[in-house]
Amino acid sequence: MSALVEIRSLSKHYRRGSEIIPVLTAIDLVIEEGDFLALMGPSGSGKSTLLNLIAGLDRPDGGTLLVAGLDISTLSENELAAWRAANVGFVFQFYNLIPVLTAFENVELPLLLTHLDRKARREHVELTLDLVGLSERSRHYPGQLSGGQQQRVAIARALVTDPTLIVADEPTGDLDRVTAGEILDLMQQLNSELGKTIIMVTHDQRAAERAHHIRHLDKGVLDGG
Amino acid sequence: MKIPLKYSWKNLAARRSTTALTAIGLALVVYVFATVLMLSEGLRRTLVTTGSRDNVMILRRGSTAEIQSSIDPEQSAVVAGFPEVALAPDGTRLVSKELLVLMVLPKRGSQKPANVTLRGLTMVGRALRPQVALAEGRWFRPGSSEIVAGNKIAAGFQGAGIGESLRFGQREWTVVGILDAGTTGFGSEIWGDVDQFRQAFRRITYSAVLFRLRADADFDAVRKRLATDPRLTVEAKRESVFYAEQSEVMVTFLTVLGMTLSVVFSLAAVIGALITMYGAVASRTREIGTLRALGFPRRAILIAFLLESSLLGLTGGVLGVLMASGMQWITVSTMNWQTFAELAFTFTLTPVIVGESLLFALTMGLLGGALPAARAARMDILAALRAG
Amino acid sequence: MAFFLRLILRNLMRQRLRNGLTSLGVVVAIVAFGLLRTLVDAWYAGVEGTAPNRLITRNAVSLMFALPIHYGARIRQIDGVRVVSHITWFGGIYQDPKNFFPQFAIEPASYLALYREYLVSEQERAAFLRDRKGALAGRKLVERYGWKIGDTIPLEGTIYPGTWTFVLRGVYRGADAKTDETQFFFHWEYLNETLKRWRSARAEHVGAFVVGIDPPERAAEISAAIDDGFRNSRAETLTETEKAFQLGFVFMTEAIVAVIEIVSGVIIVIVLAVLANTMAMSVRERKREYATLKALGFGTWHLGGLIVGEALLISAIGGALGIALTFPIAAEFAVRLSNWFPIFRVSESTVVLAAGASLLVGILAAAFPVWQVWRTSVTDGLSSLG
Repeated sequence: MSALVEIRSLSKHYRRGSEIIPVLTAIDLVIEEGDFLALMGPSGSGKSTLLNLIAGLDRPDGGTLLVAGLDISTLSENELAAWRAANVGFVFQFYNLIPVLTAFENVELPLLLTHLDRKARREHVELTLDLVGLSERSRHYPGQLSGGQQQRVAIARALVTDPTLIVADEPTGDLDRVTAGEILDLMQQLNSELGKTIIMVTHDQRAAERAHHIRHLDKGVLDGG
Repeated sequence: MKIPLKYSWKNLAARRSTTALTAIGLALVVYVFATVLMLSEGLRRTLVTTGSRDNVMILRRGSTAEIQSSIDPEQSAVVAGFPEVALAPDGTRLVSKELLVLMVLPKRGSQKPANVTLRGLTMVGRALRPQVALAEGRWFRPGSSEIVAGNKIAAGFQGAGIGESLRFGQREWTVVGILDAGTTGFGSEIWGDVDQFRQAFRRITYSAVLFRLRADADFDAVRKRLATDPRLTVEAKRESVFYAEQSEVMVTFLTVLGMTLSVVFSLAAVIGALITMYGAVASRTREIGTLRALGFPRRAILIAFLLESSLLGLTGGVLGVLMASGMQWITVSTMNWQTFAELAFTFTLTPVIVGESLLFALTMGLLGGALPAARAARMDILAALRAG
Repeated sequence: MAFFLRLILRNLMRQRLRNGLTSLGVVVAIVAFGLLRTLVDAWYAGVEGTAPNRLITRNAVSLMFALPIHYGARIRQIDGVRVVSHITWFGGIYQDPKNFFPQFAIEPASYLALYREYLVSEQERAAFLRDRKGALAGRKLVERYGWKIGDTIPLEGTIYPGTWTFVLRGVYRGADAKTDETQFFFHWEYLNETLKRWRSARAEHVGAFVVGIDPPERAAEISAAIDDGFRNSRAETLTETEKAFQLGFVFMTEAIVAVIEIVSGVIIVIVLAVLANTMAMSVRERKREYATLKALGFGTWHLGGLIVGEALLISAIGGALGIALTFPIAAEFAVRLSNWFPIFRVSESTVVLAAGASLLVGILAAAFPVWQVWRTSVTDGLSSLG
């Protein structure tokens, strides 16, 4: 089990006028390949910011951030976009599916950034939809699916390019207890059976307990470990 | 083209009322644009086909219209005797001395007056115009008070229908035939015997002399002859060129007016498209953030929105062209400012006009979508993902 | 009431770009509408400048044919006729064919007596009457070419060949804005004596007679009497009121005028579509708000009033600005088009129509969204996103 994500002395701040407000301070973190990590903390603790940095959606102000050995802070904007497409799968609190595309077309989206031809893309999409148990709903639009089903489609989309890691920001935040449980079951399955590395930010203690490790953030500082 | 085309058109289809309203605005502008082009084309075709390249028209120097010109009989005879005048197989000189007069006639129904062209000509004059044929009845008998009317005049004016009669020069003239002149301007004329007309209107002079060229190259020789002969105060033009020139003022006016209107109107329609596209970007901010997070570059977002507004433009364009094509059934009848005579023509749609109209529509779509697409492309990913 | 206005204004400010752009669209549409209507008015300008006590007697066949000068004396005999003058179109070229302006050969004393709206100083009038080669030109024409009294003005004849020289003896200005100040008048005698010398068939003929009558109510009767006098003669006449005569010209290009009128309606429909779209978007975004207001007890009339108020404010601001802009733009066109349209001014009726159009657009654009709000139940509205 090698280290997938290596974070050393990471810091992030943002400016308000002439004020500098620190969001993350001297974060040291190592995430092993195949791990399922939950990041918890109160509102404003910086957990989402940390997640965004690891996912390549934001740039750190200090420290190093290596993902699979690559220092992603040195990549240009376009390189970072391409890197995300190949390496990161996203699961959002509000699913963030494209309403005018069918479930199939939504899952296919990340594959359009690869060189796969239509037939290969279709195979991947069908495989992934089957994995999340939504093959019969592939032609449905998000508006025709329940919250749980939409999140499954989103998870399928996150899986379809076989990414290095999956980041989930409050994946069960908009779901009722039963459905949330089903989604968490699915995520555990992906981690244990497919060996996917998952980093999840959550408020929910019950959700966090599904993970292998829980780390707490408070005012931009990571707990001891 | 990373973001598929269907993303763009499915989004247009999803916001039905907005897309429809914006497309209607664009369609109306394209309709005006296309109609103006069709009007000019119709006018041009009427006047261009009216004349033949092989015929030469002789008019008094400086005349811009046949009714302004007058040629005395002596000069007419000189011109008729030119060697460049073609001969018919039986030896007749293919030359026609003609008289043009304007007469006010009331329109059927509205009774409103219009200046109608009366053309006195000879049997040869008919032969010089093979594009004009008899649709109904028969030709007038030379030496009689009989006349034939162009189909557009017979339909539109009181007393010009077959069997009806008109009164002028203290005589009654009976319409014995209707002419089918195709798209040419002759459909707006009434023809009769030139000598009978000269008597009725007490004219010694002719308005014009028309003859068939013996050979195409002879035109220059005719020109030279007119320039060097001191007796002659007339000039020559190929018949087709002469009639084409007659439409210039009107075509220019209509084209300038129409194009100006199209541009001004397009401002309002482009504003409509701008509002729609800004609205689309605003309501899909989180979606844009998601696409960027997934790895789609800024350029892909830009292109997707530009495609969407282009499709919007094209939709309006197709609608507008369809509406304009309906105008082809309408005949416009108005006074030509250069000749002061009534002229009827139709709206003519050509593939070129369809192409130009669609291009115009596409441009409007692109203009309306440029700024919003840029805004979408420039969004910060995290700010977009946080949006409502 | 003031509360609602404040609410409307604040709501509009929430979407400044969108509503500002929509207002801009209305401005463009109203300016275009105003200019097109002014163009139509300009077409009819000749008709506006007529007087009910003037008749025009012309050759019954068409204006192409002239009338013998001796008809004038016969017309004078008809009961009800006070003054008889005549007018003949000259159609010359001043330096360049593009420099078009109307030129007429007239009988000066009687003509000026008939057209009291052409104001000339006593001095210039006398000078014009005295000099057979003298010319009287309108103020706008003189300004356009920078002429001064005493200047020699050559005209290249087209109908009457040769170069004709005149001396500017007087400038007339119109009594009101409806009078054409771009005309050029000279003595018919000067034209005629030259034609007689050439032994032209056109000598001793005029284009048309202008007949002053009293009382104006007898116009139809007097016209018939004049025409009866010349029936079955070599040149039969057609006499009509000056207004009918001018209308005849307008009718000949009626199709073009109709097209312009239709097109002025089209732009209103275009901007209606734009405003309707804006209102639809605005109402769609605020479904939850409207449901809340309904739950609080505001009736459909209140909500409808708010929506109509927003639409009207957008279109009214755009309309007012558009009307204001139309005047300077029309003034600019008036200068550039004075060759073709001697009168080009924005009339009161145009302003009223434009104002009416912008108000109508506001009300119609709000119709569908108001209906939608009326239709949506409180629960549906509250449960909608955004």
